[in-house]
Amino acid sequence: MPRPVHLDEAIATHVHDGDTVALEGFTHLIPFAAAHEIARQGRRHLKLVRMTPDVVYDQLIGLGVADELVFSYGGNPGVGSLHRLRDAVEKHWPHKLVVHEHSHAGLANAYVAGAGRLPFAVLRGYRGTDLEQQSDIISRVTCPFTGEELAAVKAVNPDVTVIHAQLADPEGNVMLWGLTGVQREAVLAADRAIVTVEEIVDEFPERTGAVILPEWALKAVSVVPGGAWPSYALGYSTRDNDFYQQWDVVSRDRGAFLAWAKENGLEAAADD
Amino acid sequence: MTESWNSADMMNVAAARELHDGDVCLVGVGPPNLAANLARHTHAPGCRLVYESGAIDAKPRRLPLSIGDDDLAATATSVVSVPEMFNYWVGAGRIDVGFLGAAQIDRFANINTTVIGDHDNPKTRLPGAGGAPEIAANAGRVIVIVKQSLRTFVEQVDFVTSVGYGPTGRERQAPGAGPTLVITDHGVLEPDPATNELTMTRLHPGVTVEQARAATGWDLKVADSIQTVPVPTDTELDMLRRLRAREVI
Repeated sequence: MPRPVHLDEAIATHVHDGDTVALEGFTHLIPFAAAHEIARQGRRHLKLVRMTPDVVYDQLIGLGVADELVFSYGGNPGVGSLHRLRDAVEKHWPHKLVVHEHSHAGLANAYVAGAGRLPFAVLRGYRGTDLEQQSDIISRVTCPFTGEELAAVKAVNPDVTVIHAQLADPEGNVMLWGLTGVQREAVLAADRAIVTVEEIVDEFPERTGAVILPEWALKAVSVVPGGAWPSYALGYSTRDNDFYQQWDVVSRDRGAFLAWAKENGLEAAADD
Repeated sequence: MTESWNSADMMNVAAARELHDGDVCLVGVGPPNLAANLARHTHAPGCRLVYESGAIDAKPRRLPLSIGDDDLAATATSVVSVPEMFNYWVGAGRIDVGFLGAAQIDRFANINTTVIGDHDNPKTRLPGAGGAPEIAANAGRVIVIVKQSLRTFVEQVDFVTSVGYGPTGRERQAPGAGPTLVITDHGVLEPDPATNELTMTRLHPGVTVEQARAATGWDLKVADSIQTVPVPTDTELDMLRRLRAREVI
């Protein structure tokens, strides 16, 4: 496959209405530009998966892109609530959002199982919590060796995972470093993976703790400098904390949010 | 010089004092972040800070605004993936102290951070579980930091996101000891050794038992010999101010 491709082409080719889509990046390397392209192309009825929905999913939810959300922590980090997420759950605006809540450990392990093409993962958690009532994603299993009862989480296998990374090489292999979150697992759990990168270099530098994803595990690579803004890409940018603070004001009010969407060419299409 | 302080300062200082030198501490955003860094810069320089974003032994040069600040990865001994963090470090019991917050807490220290009201039709959708359920289960001990009010200290939580001692205080089945301290803006509560019912054992200076009772949605148990928490020292207040100002320390 020729690469890199333009982001609009990557999204048009690989993200379809009704897909289960994971945009990962744990506080760092959040693929905002790709998210905006998904909204711009008017995708609908997505089941969004992400450990920390963050401002990126608050935007997509407000824009009416998602019908369902699988997540583990839905706050604006260091600021407070995600008001668009809350409005969708509490007041069904722009429409009802069905939520499936995991713990971080639960969702991280659901990706691990998905990456290994296993039906579920095992962890020692959830016991006694009301989260266990979501029996379609959380259950219990007995260890065949010790008899210990453990939590089981159903594997997550997105149709598409999108991540942002620092580098690609000319073949389309991808390298990311710093806080690398759950991106390796989210990419390998998916049927198709799209990566936006800061730049292409002839040869990868030596980097302690870097994650390298081979090109044949990916469907598309697009060069999008600053594609993680207002989150950041270590070595390229710093987190725009002011934007996260301002989002609290913008997102609190439907009118202010719609004005923001219009200003940024992300207007929600008529809801069907 | 004696600096003035308020109940939020006292709550953070009281929480910081509970960290011991050498403790491995899992830190979240908000008051825990402030308390853990205060401890590290005062009496517990050897306390190890672990952030669930993957930074192990982070030594942030100034107070991080979020758990994803670049300074955490840059100063950490090791940076691990999120699955590794929760499976090999938190889940495996390598955390001595975990800090948790709460939107609601009951007398047996069960915690709600999911919804106010009905789960499927909530009055308020809260941020959700995050790392809390596994920290509550697996950390050696858990310190809850929460403001005490009728809204937070409730007879029954609307949803159990993280387990303290269970519905009647006897149902806890987890490797860690559970919430051994609940630190509020009124004082400190500890589970009764026999029943696990949260008991007010210490009050902050100037706070009365009556005020604590009035801020609690159940018939609050109070220790026979209730202690007073020592006032914040100038050293503690000065460092708290510098951390909040995000000075490079």
